[in-house]
Amino acid sequence: QKTKEGFLSKITKAIAGKSTVDEEVLDNLEEALVTADVGIDTTLAIIDRVEKRVARDKYVSTGELNKLLQEEIENVLVDASDDKHKNFDIPAGKKPYVILVVGVNGVGKTTTIGKLAYNYKQAGKSVMLGAADTFRAAAVDQLTIWSERVGVPIVKQAMGSDPSAVAFDAVQSAVSKNADVVIIDTAGRLHNKLHLMDELTKIRRSISKIIPDAPHEVLLILDGSTGQNALEQAKHFTAATDVTAMIITKLDGTAKGGVVLAIANQFSIPVKYIGVGEKITDLIVFDKHEFVDSLFNLTR
Amino acid sequence: MFNNLTERLESAFKNLKGEARINDLNIANTVKDIRRALIDADVNYKIAKEFTDRVKDKAVGSKVINAISPGQLMVKIVKDELVELMGGEEAEFNTTGNPAVVLIAGLQGSGKTTFSGKLASYLKNQKGKSPLLVAADIYRPAAIDQLMVLGEQIGVDVYSERENKDAVSIAQNAIKEAKSKNKNIVIIDTAGRLAIDEAMMAEVANVKEAVKPNEILFVVDSMTGQDAVNTAKAFNERLDFTGVVLTKLDGDTRGGAALSIKYTVQKPIKFVSSGEKLDTLDVFYPERMAQRILGMGDITTLVEKA
Ligand SMILES: Nc1nc2c(ncn2[C@@H]2O[C@H](COP(=O)(O)OP(=O)(O)OP(=O)(O)O)[C@@H](O)[C@H]2O)c(=O)[nH]1
Ligand SMILES: Nc1nc2c(ncn2[C@@H]2O[C@H](COP(=O)(O)OP(=O)(O)OP(=O)(O)O)[C@@H](O)[C@H]2O)c(=O)[nH]1
Ligand SMILES: [Mg+2]
Ligand SMILES: [Mg+2]
Repeated sequence: QKTKEGFLSKITKAIAGKSTVDEEVLDNLEEALVTADVGIDTTLAIIDRVEKRVARDKYVSTGELNKLLQEEIENVLVDASDDKHKNFDIPAGKKPYVILVVGVNGVGKTTTIGKLAYNYKQAGKSVMLGAADTFRAAAVDQLTIWSERVGVPIVKQAMGSDPSAVAFDAVQSAVSKNADVVIIDTAGRLHNKLHLMDELTKIRRSISKIIPDAPHEVLLILDGSTGQNALEQAKHFTAATDVTAMIITKLDGTAKGGVVLAIANQFSIPVKYIGVGEKITDLIVFDKHEFVDSLFNLTR
Repeated sequence: MFNNLTERLESAFKNLKGEARINDLNIANTVKDIRRALIDADVNYKIAKEFTDRVKDKAVGSKVINAISPGQLMVKIVKDELVELMGGEEAEFNTTGNPAVVLIAGLQGSGKTTFSGKLASYLKNQKGKSPLLVAADIYRPAAIDQLMVLGEQIGVDVYSERENKDAVSIAQNAIKEAKSKNKNIVIIDTAGRLAIDEAMMAEVANVKEAVKPNEILFVVDSMTGQDAVNTAKAFNERLDFTGVVLTKLDGDTRGGAALSIKYTVQKPIKFVSSGEKLDTLDVFYPERMAQRILGMGDITTLVEKA
């Protein structure tokens, strides 16, 4: 907390009352952003915006400057098209609301599904899970444990069976049981593996055979400690499945997850939630302001 | 922006063309380009700075020989420096003792359990060892089942205690089991943990104290960004690990974390993992890693030709 203020006030003091920002300040800003995994290109773009605004507005007070910095960085992030996710609400006419969860290996897909299911259930929705990771050792067992923890039904098949068939089953079952939400887990896959990405496209297609506009949500899960490779992940998963939003996990650690700024800058995908632990309650709604604030928390 | 350092330096070649000697002035932009390329490859910000300063010191004043352009000379200096930093002496893997004990640790989802399976398979099939896998992750849902499935796939026994919630005693009991069953190497898979989770770090440190491992391997996802240094430092302070395992190298990450970690903790990278199947354990080649970080698959040939 102390260091964060130290950093921001150092920057703002150095800019206050001037119409240009001096080199050292910009270097500090660059270091803060790059160290948070924002990446060089996006960092330079942000610095450019800050410079322009300082030149234009000639800020006087440090308070205003704090706000300006925060704003310029927040402006990079895109907003979700509606606020329904904040209360775990479901858009009208989309029942069952089909959520497909994708991402590279080990980022936290299955855990996040447990947390999402819990939150939807708390919000009074009836939830079902679909275990379409039939590949990773004990993946179905893991999701089954989560379904028991939350107390929601799970649709599963034997290990090794066709993930598209499981997804199809899960959605069909959600329709026939009149469920509000169905969340489908998929196996982790690296985005440079073409046949695995094709498999995702196929899963998507088999879901839309039951409900033409489904999946309504395709969530890309990003590990908060991932560096610039997350940009490639966003690009390829979007190409294969039309990602609608992101969730950043493991932000309870020391990593900042700044690469989402770069992703937002390039692909305009909103972040909806963040994961802050391994417990069922460790999912929180993404808050731009808090996120940007934490980028400057350089204590560690 | 350029896609990789090769392109960047090729454009820098143009700036340097015709200059016979590298000096402070003509090198400035090139150094900046190299630094940015390293940061783009997820090399830690501070380390990238220090690294390029070293490179600059080496480069300034070097005489450009006839056949090689200043740009190409720079590339060579950068690459050699990277290889030297990441290499060092041949990393041994210590399996003496009966049983020898290997402790596996790292962040959540980094690939510890999968690697444990790979290592067991490698020791069994390539080294003629008789391994015992130990499920000391008492937290993650289905962690034991996951290791059991892997053990079955490779024909290696897995030791677990479903009701025991004490990782230390599970590890100790496993060693007794290994002795009685004539297993000569014990591989302990532990739960993923954050470096700042005091209770969890204490747990793994206690396991270490109790079983005195021959090898403690820190498993890290090669896609990790700037935070790699913090994590590696914290695990090393706590465990004084003997080596690093870089996972998920079958992806397209540039893997700058490898440099950051090596630079920070000065421990060898002993294995790499590049696939989900259990037969993809590999040794680490500093040269390949250097080229990967620099995004320059073809640069050596370029320099060699020159
Ligand atoms: N600290 C922390 N750990 C998390 C978080 N989310 C998930 N994890 C842990 O990360 C590890 C991997 O999580 P999983 O949910 O299995 O990840 P996955 O993406 O389903 O993995 P694969 O299916 O193997 O690709 C587990 O140990 C989780 O407990 C989080 O927000 N914080
Ligand atoms: N593509 C690829 N995937 C890998 C590799 N190593 C592990 N994985 C995958 O990464 C995911 C996580 O691997 P695990 O072995 O469960 O990781 P872990 O560190 O034991 O996870 P926790 O116990 O939850 O902390 C799984 O989907 C693995 O199949 C690798 O080298 N390449
Ligand atoms: Mg999973
Ligand atoms: Mg594990």
